[in-house]
Amino acid sequence: MSVRRLAAEQPATFAFQPATLEKANWWIAKYPADRRQSAIIPLLWLVQKQEGWVCEPAIRALGEMLGMPVIRVLEVATFYTMFHLAPVGKHHLQLCGTTPCVLRGAEDLKKVCKSRIGEKFQVSGKGLSWEEVECVGACVNAPVVAIDDYYHEDLSPDDLEKLIDALERGETVKPGSARGRQTSAPESGALTLKDPALYDGSLAAPVKLPNLPEPA
Amino acid sequence: MMLADKDRIFLNLYGRHGADLESAKKRGAWNGTADMISAGRDWIITQVKESGLRGRGGAGFPTGLKWSFMPKQVTDRPHYLVVNADESEPGTCKDRDIMRHDPHLLIEGCLIASFSMQAHACYIYLRGEYVAEREAMEKAVKEAYAARLIGKNNIHGWDFDCYIHHGAGAYICGEETALLESLEGKKGQPRLKPPFPANSGLYGCPTTVNNVESIAVAPTIIRRGAKWFAGIGRPNNTGTKVFCISGHVNQPCNVEEAMSIPLRTLLEEHCGGVRGGWGNLKAVIPGGSSVRMITAAMAEEALMDFDSLSAMKSGLGTAACIVMDKSTDVVRAIARISYFYKHESCGQCTPCREGTGWMWRVLERMARGEAEHSEIDLLLDVAGQVEGHTICALGDAAAWPVQGLIRHFRHEIEERIDRYRASKGLHQVKMVAAE
Repeated sequence: MSVRRLAAEQPATFAFQPATLEKANWWIAKYPADRRQSAIIPLLWLVQKQEGWVCEPAIRALGEMLGMPVIRVLEVATFYTMFHLAPVGKHHLQLCGTTPCVLRGAEDLKKVCKSRIGEKFQVSGKGLSWEEVECVGACVNAPVVAIDDYYHEDLSPDDLEKLIDALERGETVKPGSARGRQTSAPESGALTLKDPALYDGSLAAPVKLPNLPEPA
Repeated sequence: MMLADKDRIFLNLYGRHGADLESAKKRGAWNGTADMISAGRDWIITQVKESGLRGRGGAGFPTGLKWSFMPKQVTDRPHYLVVNADESEPGTCKDRDIMRHDPHLLIEGCLIASFSMQAHACYIYLRGEYVAEREAMEKAVKEAYAARLIGKNNIHGWDFDCYIHHGAGAYICGEETALLESLEGKKGQPRLKPPFPANSGLYGCPTTVNNVESIAVAPTIIRRGAKWFAGIGRPNNTGTKVFCISGHVNQPCNVEEAMSIPLRTLLEEHCGGVRGGWGNLKAVIPGGSSVRMITAAMAEEALMDFDSLSAMKSGLGTAACIVMDKSTDVVRAIARISYFYKHESCGQCTPCREGTGWMWRVLERMARGEAEHSEIDLLLDVAGQVEGHTICALGDAAAWPVQGLIRHFRHEIEERIDRYRASKGLHQVKMVAAE
């Protein structure tokens, strides 16, 4: 298990921005009225979107908001590894380091991160940080780096260098395959799902379900 | 022979067409849904049972049977359907494609499954990393509400709410009871069973937890008939399945194929073969990182289904093949998988919390050769003590890859130890007769 603690330095206060609060209420409405606690993960996530990380005053504020003891919020914030318990860079890279990505070159990407950004969780002068995460679930497009939530796939060290260059110049980067692949299809193009009859609308014609019970 | 395109369920697996409602309808989604509901819940469950559909999340439990475990009468506790979209098993990325490209099949499946279990609400639990997929799902759910396909007083006559929920990076939440804990706003630590979720699940109410793919295939199975689905694959291993092939193949990809397709055919027809040719294959992990690996010789014979792979002491799992060619350092590959389980252990049961870290540390040394021959048996012994001695299956999942490695590549570990010791000028281990 991963042992995680709150950062030593914490801000004195935390306040929800109106947009965060609106989203928070939208989440809370998804659960039964007496089960507001269910919204804790999405709400911690919103806090992280607002502040860049999860600070201790926010944990207290969420406890109050959802009627949870602070220790329960703290448990959740430390258990789930996507919550940053200390500030990260303006752009944060999550490099998948699990075996399927390693087989396709994740170790070389790690070297790029180390040379361009620094050690894990260290914020570079240009406002970038990175960490190694466990399998992100895009293994057929390995190796994968998630930049600010979105997946960049099929990366070579060169591709990653270029992405980092772009981020440092303040540009936005387009997620998806660096090699121009159609999502998870084979790189040379899909070998299946080519029958035009599947897409001409004929499947929308009313169907008679097989084996329906005899009408009484 | 390749499965015919007309027999595939996920017609937009690669996202070459629209994921919106209109495009999905054109591909046959939401067609005949009202008729399914008017045929009644017992009829639906019978169809799913007769199709032979087995859960696509890894364990392979018959889906129709699982649905039938829900209480027949709704009492004061509402029923829930929870969809497990916490796809985190290394090697697996199939649900991702379903959610971003064919979300309406999943939502339709949620309605059908919820109706047959008398649930009026369903939560789809996505892993936190799947932000783009969550946005795609939210969009599709919104469309379905707007078209009154779901919601209160919808056109299907079964009030049904579908909610998207998400986690925040914890593999363990793919375990159904840990997922429920997480959905209740707690740490994702698995619960003891019994009680099973069908009796006491989400908020203490009767709940069924199903994988995305199991739910998303259900409407098409009913539309085309249980016989059609049951006619694909081998008995007890029926239907189509989305396979994820990663690692050392020329063209890694996801593909929907018939169950029981020979592994070699799968790799050669869909993935351009093993890098450097079939002769360059070293090992395959055929069902996501949790199952034991198989060797190249076994891969020659293996059929991609539950029975063939479990006869090889491996498993179909999530049908995620991780292919390793001869350039692979298998010891290091499994050491990294062990690190994964160490990282993802929830810390609740001692054998897993301590054992996963212990196994990883020993494997790291073995990958360098810095170990004793006798430690191989010790490692096997510890793996056996983790396996089956924990609340959930993460303990098993951590032990199996280690057991698979030692079963098939013990000689490689031994050679590495010998090489290391020779390089350090240490005396070689004496070979002792088995007696």
